[in-house]
Amino acid sequence: MTALAAPETENGWLESRQDGDHLLVRLGGSLTTRHVGAVDARLRALDVANAPRLEINLNALTGLDTAGAWLVHRTRELARKGGGEVRLTGATASQLALIGVIAGHARPCPPAPPPASSLLRLVANLGVATIGLGAIARDLVSFLGQTVVALGKAVLAPRRVRLTPLLYHMEEVGLNAVPIVGLLSFLIGIVLAYQGADQLARFGAEIFTVNLVGVGVLREMGVLLTAIIVAGRTGSAFAAQIGTMKVNEEVDAMGTMGLDPMEFLVLPRVLALLLTLPLLGFFADIMGLAGGAVMTGLALDISLSQYIRQLQTAVPLSALWVGLIKAPVFAFVIGLVGCFEGLKVDGSAASVGRHTTRAVVGSIFLVIVLDALFSVLFSIIGF
Amino acid sequence: MAKPAPVIIVTGLRTQFGRQVIHDGLDFSVRRGEVMGIVGGSGSGKSVLLRTMVGLIKPSGGNISVLGRDIGSVRGEKRAQIQQRMGMLFQDGALFSSLTVAQNIQLPLKEHGRISGALLVELTDVKIGIVGLPLDAANKYPSQLSGGMRKRAGLARALALDPEILFLDEPTAGLDPIGAAQFDELIGELRRALGLSVVMVTHDLDSLASICDRIAVLVDKRVIVGTMDSLMHHKNEWVHAYFHGPRARAAKLGGQSAKSNAPARVAE
Ligand SMILES: Nc1ncnc2c1ncn2[C@@H]1O[C@H](COP(=O)(O)OP(=O)(O)O)[C@@H](O)[C@H]1O
Ligand SMILES: [Mg+2]
Repeated sequence: MTALAAPETENGWLESRQDGDHLLVRLGGSLTTRHVGAVDARLRALDVANAPRLEINLNALTGLDTAGAWLVHRTRELARKGGGEVRLTGATASQLALIGVIAGHARPCPPAPPPASSLLRLVANLGVATIGLGAIARDLVSFLGQTVVALGKAVLAPRRVRLTPLLYHMEEVGLNAVPIVGLLSFLIGIVLAYQGADQLARFGAEIFTVNLVGVGVLREMGVLLTAIIVAGRTGSAFAAQIGTMKVNEEVDAMGTMGLDPMEFLVLPRVLALLLTLPLLGFFADIMGLAGGAVMTGLALDISLSQYIRQLQTAVPLSALWVGLIKAPVFAFVIGLVGCFEGLKVDGSAASVGRHTTRAVVGSIFLVIVLDALFSVLFSIIGF
Repeated sequence: MAKPAPVIIVTGLRTQFGRQVIHDGLDFSVRRGEVMGIVGGSGSGKSVLLRTMVGLIKPSGGNISVLGRDIGSVRGEKRAQIQQRMGMLFQDGALFSSLTVAQNIQLPLKEHGRISGALLVELTDVKIGIVGLPLDAANKYPSQLSGGMRKRAGLARALALDPEILFLDEPTAGLDPIGAAQFDELIGELRRALGLSVVMVTHDLDSLASICDRIAVLVDKRVIVGTMDSLMHHKNEWVHAYFHGPRARAAKLGGQSAKSNAPARVAE
């Protein structure tokens, strides 16, 4: 015969007494979600499954909620399964009702699928990612086709292009990006001039700093920098806007109304980018050259008229075109990837975040890859 | 039988957004163990009232005492304690989309109940069972559930810590009639078994007739509180139209029979 201490606290407590083949379990205190932990451990330690006669006494209970009721129910069922005879004593009507509710609904759910071992998961993830990359590439190409078709239709029937959303997006994408693009290009012009001046001054060739700035900004940095800023600013916005619309089933609603999401969502955005990114790029070129002028003026005492004269003789106009010709291509890629990722969103808020990130990373990646390809192309055709 | 003490006392409540006044001087209380229905036209501020009662919106005037504390002014630890004694089911479930149903329920249990291990899993199963979700829903994500299942999952989460007061925002909207009736039955059963007080926004006249003890009607920025029977004879035009429309008549016929065998009614 064993008797265990029954502390009188707010916490639930348990007292058990073995009397021949009769096991008495007294439960007391507050048997509620916050206070059942200790009782749970004690109940599990008791060997109720092999008790021929079990009595559960609830006389001293001061509180019972679903957690406590579950413990009582679980213990009772365990003893019953073991073939014992179980009696529940000292319970009030409402406590019995609660235990009844639990008994009526308790069914174990299937366990959560166990996480795979980490090495296995690594290999599996690699496979999934590889196949996923292939699928994304395929989908993106198909989306490219759809977008080109939509653009083609718009060219053939310009009335189909909605002017209001187009202008709205041009403002958002182009006009509102002017300050940040201008500032960063100006700074890049300064950096190029400073680095160039530092190196070229060693050969007494300071004046060539102007060539460096001119060619660097016009051929490469102006447009590339603009494209990267726009990818971060606008690619993400496109993906998040369209993605949120997907979550709210707005895109599906368009479908049921016979409105083509390509025409309503994708076309105005891509067109807005196509029209504004070259302008932004040109603005970036000007600001980059201005930055160079300021820096060469300060560091090398090259006056503005000298700077402009040197630019005119050293930098051919083709440098400007070589830079700007890339802008529409970058614009198209950024718009394409942003809208594509937005339309890929499924159901959840987390998915919006994931695809927004992918839109930014993907479009910056493609912009830089394309820029490299352009460089190779231009060097082959000798531009 | 003495009237049970109120768990929520609303006095002179005024809510406004900018210059738009939603509620102007609401006075009513919710008694322990009763189910109070809140009805009103669309946009009459039912959801706003519920949000104000749980402390999500600060009233611009008056106060709301929940479980003896002014919900508008308690802060920090005290606030968290009160919050744990209430559960709220939002209109569309508001489940955490990055967690499975089981994890949604376990979050409050782990954080506030300090429950872990086998008991955590068992209690999760109990909650999922009580609200009548299919077993395989446990490991699904909210986006993989139907609207009705999301409501049940939201209820399971609201019930996770065994709250004393349950707030429900249109729990049966969008459910099929059988599912809605089951939901009503479930609320009634939980109320009896757990001694819950329930505040429930609903447009469902069947719910009003079958499980609500009293009804608060929001009209013209004010509240009219009464039982279904007393509101049937109320003079207000909107209230009259609401309880005497064709749907109301049908619900009353069906509801009365269900109501007659509901035990343990709170005395008026
Ligand atoms: N966060 C908010 N800001 C401004 N107005 C709001 C806000 N939430 C609700 N409202 C306004 O309050 C009114 C009541 O809204 P709500 O309580 O949601 O209505 P319902 O009774 O249909 O649930 C509506 O007119 C709504 O426009
Ligand atoms: Mg509402």
